[in-house]
Formats: sequence, structure tokens, C-alpha cells
Amino acid sequence: MNKPTIEICTLIIENLECGGRSDQTILEVAEEYGIFIPTLCRLSGLSNIGACRMCMVEVKGNNKLQPACVTKVQEGMEVTVNSERLAEYRKLTLEMLFSERNHICSVCVTNGHCDLQALAQKLGVNHITMPYIHPHSHVDASHPRFIADHNRCILCTRCIRVCAEIEGAHTWDLMGRGTKARVITDLNRPWGESESCTGCGKCVQVCPTGALSEKGQAAGEMLKRRTFLPYLNMMREVGR
Amino acid sequence: MNQDDLANIAAQTKESENRYDHVIKVCVAAGCLSANADQVKTQLESELKQRGLETCCKVKGVGCMGLCAAGPLVAADTNEKMFQAVTPADASAIIDTVMDDKPAPPAIVMDSQLDFFTGQKKIVLENSGEIDPERIEDYIAADGYEALFHVITKLKPLGVIEQVTKSGLRGRGGAGFPTGLKWTTVYKASGTQKYVICNADEGDPGAFMDRSVLESDPHRVLEGMAIAAYAVGANKGFIYCRAEYPLAVKRLRIAIRQAESNGLLGMNIGDTHFDFKVEIRLGAGAFVCGEETALIASIEGGRGTPRPRPPFPAQSGLWNAPTLINNVETFANIAPIIRRGGDWYASIGTDKSKGTKVFALAGRVNNTGLIEVPMGITLRDIIFKLGGGIPEGRKFKAVQSGGPSGGCVPEQFLDIPVDYDSLASVGSIMGSGGMIVMDETSCMVDVAKFFMDFCMSESCGKCVPCRVGTTQMHNILERISEGKAGSKDLDLLHRLTGMVKAASLCGLGQTAPNPTLTTLRYFMDEYRAHIEEGRCPAGICHPVKVEEEAEVGV
Repeated sequence: MNKPTIEICTLIIENLECGGRSDQTILEVAEEYGIFIPTLCRLSGLSNIGACRMCMVEVKGNNKLQPACVTKVQEGMEVTVNSERLAEYRKLTLEMLFSERNHICSVCVTNGHCDLQALAQKLGVNHITMPYIHPHSHVDASHPRFIADHNRCILCTRCIRVCAEIEGAHTWDLMGRGTKARVITDLNRPWGESESCTGCGKCVQVCPTGALSEKGQAAGEMLKRRTFLPYLNMMREVGR
Repeated sequence: MNQDDLANIAAQTKESENRYDHVIKVCVAAGCLSANADQVKTQLESELKQRGLETCCKVKGVGCMGLCAAGPLVAADTNEKMFQAVTPADASAIIDTVMDDKPAPPAIVMDSQLDFFTGQKKIVLENSGEIDPERIEDYIAADGYEALFHVITKLKPLGVIEQVTKSGLRGRGGAGFPTGLKWTTVYKASGTQKYVICNADEGDPGAFMDRSVLESDPHRVLEGMAIAAYAVGANKGFIYCRAEYPLAVKRLRIAIRQAESNGLLGMNIGDTHFDFKVEIRLGAGAFVCGEETALIASIEGGRGTPRPRPPFPAQSGLWNAPTLINNVETFANIAPIIRRGGDWYASIGTDKSKGTKVFALAGRVNNTGLIEVPMGITLRDIIFKLGGGIPEGRKFKAVQSGGPSGGCVPEQFLDIPVDYDSLASVGSIMGSGGMIVMDETSCMVDVAKFFMDFCMSESCGKCVPCRVGTTQMHNILERISEGKAGSKDLDLLHRLTGMVKAASLCGLGQTAPNPTLTTLRYFMDEYRAHIEEGRCPAGICHPVKVEEEAEVGV
């Protein structure tokens, strides 16, 4: 296949004239210009999947909302990041995530260091208007160093992607559909029995919530050490 | 094989058929087979043999005749004599009627002049109920593969696309994207390897159009795919069929084998340089795999989850190659369009929706089954003329088109024409062709709950609005039907429907609120009766009135 030619485009994001390359996404350009677009499933260096729908933006002339993390910029684009409708949808998305499993911050190991919690605070979600679903989810503490608490999982699949794309182990994957979907290790064997897991712990560090944590942490103690994140892109390049 | 061989096969098949005075056709599609049609066929054959009539009367297994509710169906010669609900014991009476014109028992006589039959216009289903789906010769005798030969010997790819564009054909999978435009995009996409995919992952509850076409006339789909492959420059095709359709898969396998051994698929088709191989891939039961990007992921061997578009499959699809993906019915329309010209096809239907559409008529209607009608026919004609109205004189309430992605259309819109845009204007969609009729004994809250339950269980779980939104909406609908909901729930339901529609990743989530939205719009009184009075007007739900509003939220 011919490599598509890359062009320089000018576009407007939140009334600010921006310039970007045609292979960049709206989110990447917005970040360069210091425009905040909330994200959850996205992590720079991993592939973008457009799943959490937090980064939805309005693009003039398109009646459908677009996920900023996967939508490439185009010449003359006019992007709205903040509108009443988008704010409502983002709040609802967060409420949905809080209602889906069991997110009791006060007893969570990542209390205070959680991406979900931080985003809720930033967007002003201080209570939720829909009933909790509270499914029965188990805790997998079979690994000698790590714990997987499915009650805190928001299915962002960062763990799956970092394991497959960076570590190259592909220990993590998904099973089940809808709200019954779960991240699993190997073929749904306990994490501690996984033969493919290298124990590198990248999944734990990229996990946005307290779903994956190191053992021996009490509430609020699980600080995610993400200093290696800037190197993710470099690791990918070496891999190629 | 060349064009002369094709003509020879057609002539021979017609001649051998003409040797018989009569042909008795027994429907052997899944519906009638499940009612013992195969035993009826065997009994007819042995009865004829016993009477020594096997040389002047032929028994032939054919595809779906449409009126599935009255099966097993048997028809004779040019269908002026038809029989319904036939059992093996009726074989002798049928032979008497066909051979000697004796009156048949009234219980099995079917009026072949029913509006159900005369009100149809058959293009996709022209061979259904006429040819033996397991014999390629039968298809060739019905002008089969003529269009393919015409295309590969006389037309350039752009010439093919021109005819399809002219026909105004729109995707029959539901969204109605112009087929010619899609083909042009794939044709223009750069890349040496391109693919053609036939989407046969039909999963709407109550819909069986694609199954019927595959079971009754599989070669028609293969021919359509081959023509498409020639037009867009592909040499490899996949049919993604759900594994729940074993008979359709079996007949497709037979058809592919026959076409390959006759040089109509494979290398150097028709002694030209055109190659096209077709493989079947079986779906493992996920509804979302009918969404094109999820389907592609599934063929690639991955988890069947959709990905954001663009890039569209036409630019980057299967294994990142440009991929043409069309529905079974879309491909089934191609051969007639090429044979008779795009202008002919465009002369049928309405301004913006051309041709015919196959519908699976189901629910509270007298004649349930498969129909093919010209676009622009009214819902009233479909339900009350072809469908024969509502059983036991009950009152019509709504018709649900488009399955879990569609909406419920109430009585006041019965006279709108059935086309893509009119159905969309009242909140429903054309969809792939499921049409479920509801009468006064159906509760609209219950209907909304049923479809939401379906979407909830079939959501892949990738994006938050669809995964959690459908569950929350379902839970609210369940509380309403149980009489445990308050007005706050109704507000939340309204908020959720809008958000899930706008923010979901793929078509499943974006359309999942439609049944709920349309019932909220047209049948609010029923919702209020459940919530405020603790009463289900149709008597389906058993709401228990609670004094205090149910606790919502934190």
C-alpha cells in the first residue's frame, strides 16, 4: 500500500486556531495547544481504541460526535470540546462507570491516586443519579506480587494493550460480553498460575484504578509509578 | 466452462424437466423441514413409484415459498395448485389432485390467489420455491451465472459499477448506504489485495430473510459476490454466516463446491483471467459480529468487537486491505440488475429507495412468513393485505421494524410508504427486514424491555455507553414493568436514551435506544399507567403499585 502523504492542516479547537499534521488525532493536537480533553482508556504510547467515550467532541458539519483520541485532524476542522451536551454525556459516562461495579474510594488502595476519581472530581461528579448495579466480582490474589480486583475494573483494557503491545506477553485478554465482560489472564486461569505472565508489572502501573495493585498496600497507598510511560513509544519503535 | 457450456446446461436441464407432465414442488427450507417436509417428499416419491407414475411426474425439493406459518407447503407445476400443512398421509390425495384434477381435502388446499402471493414482487426471491437449491443446473436453467459471464467477458469493472449505481440499490443490511458508491470506493482504494465479504450474520429476533435466501437460492449470492469481486478487483471472498444456520451453511458449501467444479468460482473463471475464491466463516453467536468492523475482527481470528470508523472497511478492512462488505440480500439483487439493467431496477420503488425489499413478517398477524414487496408499499398493505390482518379480529397497536435497532410505528403512521427515509422520519429504521406486528394484547413497556434485554446481553462491552447504558435502561424498564419505578426513573431513562444514542461506538449502541424512544414517544400513556396507576393496560406485566418512589442513586 502506498503510504498516505502527510499534510499540515490548520483547524480550530475550542475557538483556538491550531496547526497539526494530518496523521495526528484531535486529541494530540489539542494537548500540544494545552486544551484539556478528558480521557480514560487512552494512554499515550499504547494503541488507541476509542472505547471509554470520555473524549467525545463535536466536529462542525458532522452530526455524530467523534472520539478525539482516534479522529484524525483535517484541514478546516472546527472542533468543540466543551458544550452543555458534551459535559452532560461525560458526567453520565462517569456515573455509568461508578455505578457499574464497586467503586468505594475510601477503602480503595488507589484512593487519591486514581484516574477515575480524579476525572470525577475535575468534572464535578460528586454523586451519581443512577442505581448501582453491584455485580458479584471476585478478587484474584493468586499472584505472589499483584492483586486483580475486578470490582474496581472499568474495562479500559490498558493492561491488555500494555501487555500485548509493549511487554509482548499478551497475558491479559477479555472474556464475556456486556457488563459480564472481564479481563482475564491466560485462558481465564488464576493470575498466579499464568504461564505467559513475566511479572513485569506494567499492567499494574498503567491501570487507571485500583483494579490492579501491588500486594501489601493499604487504602490509598497504591501509588502508580508511571515514570516509564514516556519510553513506551520508544519501546514500540525498537520492537518494530 | 464458457458461455456455450452454460447455455447447454440450461437447455438440458429445461429439457429433462419438460419430459415430465407435472412437477410437484415440496418446500425444503428450514421452516417446512422442521414440520417434516422431508417425509412428505419421500412419501410423495414412493407413492408415485408405487403407481408407476415416476416418469410423468417429478417431485422436487425447492426453497422457501414464503408462507412459513402454513408449512409444510407443496405446490404443483406453475403454482396454480398449492397445498398447506401437508402430512405424509396427504401424499396420495395430492397426487390425485395433480394428476387427475380430483378435489383435494379442503384442510390442505391453499388459495394460490391470496393477496399474500399476488401482492408480492419477486426479484431476490424469484427462484425461491421454484428451483432445487442443491442443484447448480436448476439455477443455471433459471438464467443463473448469465450475468457473471456477461460481466467478465463484456464489461469493464467501471461498467459494472455504473449499472449498480444506476440501479439506485442501497445496502439491504439496514443502514441503506448506496451500494454503487461503496463499490466505487473499494474500486478506487489503492492496494493489490482486496476482499469481498458477504454479511450473513443475521441476528435480529424474528428475522429470517437472509437465511431463506441462502437456503433457497445460494448460487444467487455467490454470483452477486463474484460480480462484485470483478468490479472492485478482489480475488478472495468470505461469507460470514452464523453457525445457528446449519442448513444455510450446508447448502452454501454444496453451492460453492458445485460452482468450483463447474469453473464458475476459483481460478480462470469462464476461461478468463478472473480469479475468485470463496470461503465460509462461521459466526459463534455474537449479534455484534453483524457490525462490519466486528465481523472483520472475527474473520481475522480476534474477539468480535467493533472499532471506530474511519477508516472504513472500504479503505482498510480485512487484514488492512480494502474490503467490500455487503449483506446477503444486497448481493442477491446484483445478478438481476446486471441481467436486466440498472434502469429497470431503478424503475421499481420510490424516489430514493429503489427496488424491492424482503421482509420477515412475524408476530400478531395472520400470514406470518417471508414476503418481497416493492419499496413504497404502505405498512397498511403489508400488514392487512399481504399479512391478512390481525388474528381473531383484535385491534392493531404497532409494528416494529428493524429489530432491536428499529422502532415501534403506531397506527397513525400505517399509511406511510415503506422506504429508508420515511421509516427513519417516524423514529424507526428499515433495518434488515424484520417486521413484528403487535396488537392490543402487547404491552409496549414489555416490548421495549424485551429489545433492551437483547441489546444488553449482546453488547460487546467495549464502550461504556452501550455496556452500562443498556443495562441501566433495561433495569429501569424492568422496574417500570414491575410498577416499582417513579417519575425520576422516567427522567433518567430519557437522559440515557439520548446519551447512549449519541456516544456509543458502533451501530448496536447507537440504535439500541430506538425501541424505547419510539415507545416513549407514541405510547407514553402506557408508561404512565405502569408508573402512576400500577396497571398494565395489556395485562402482560404485573406491576405492583408502591406508595413511595423507589430510591434512586446514592
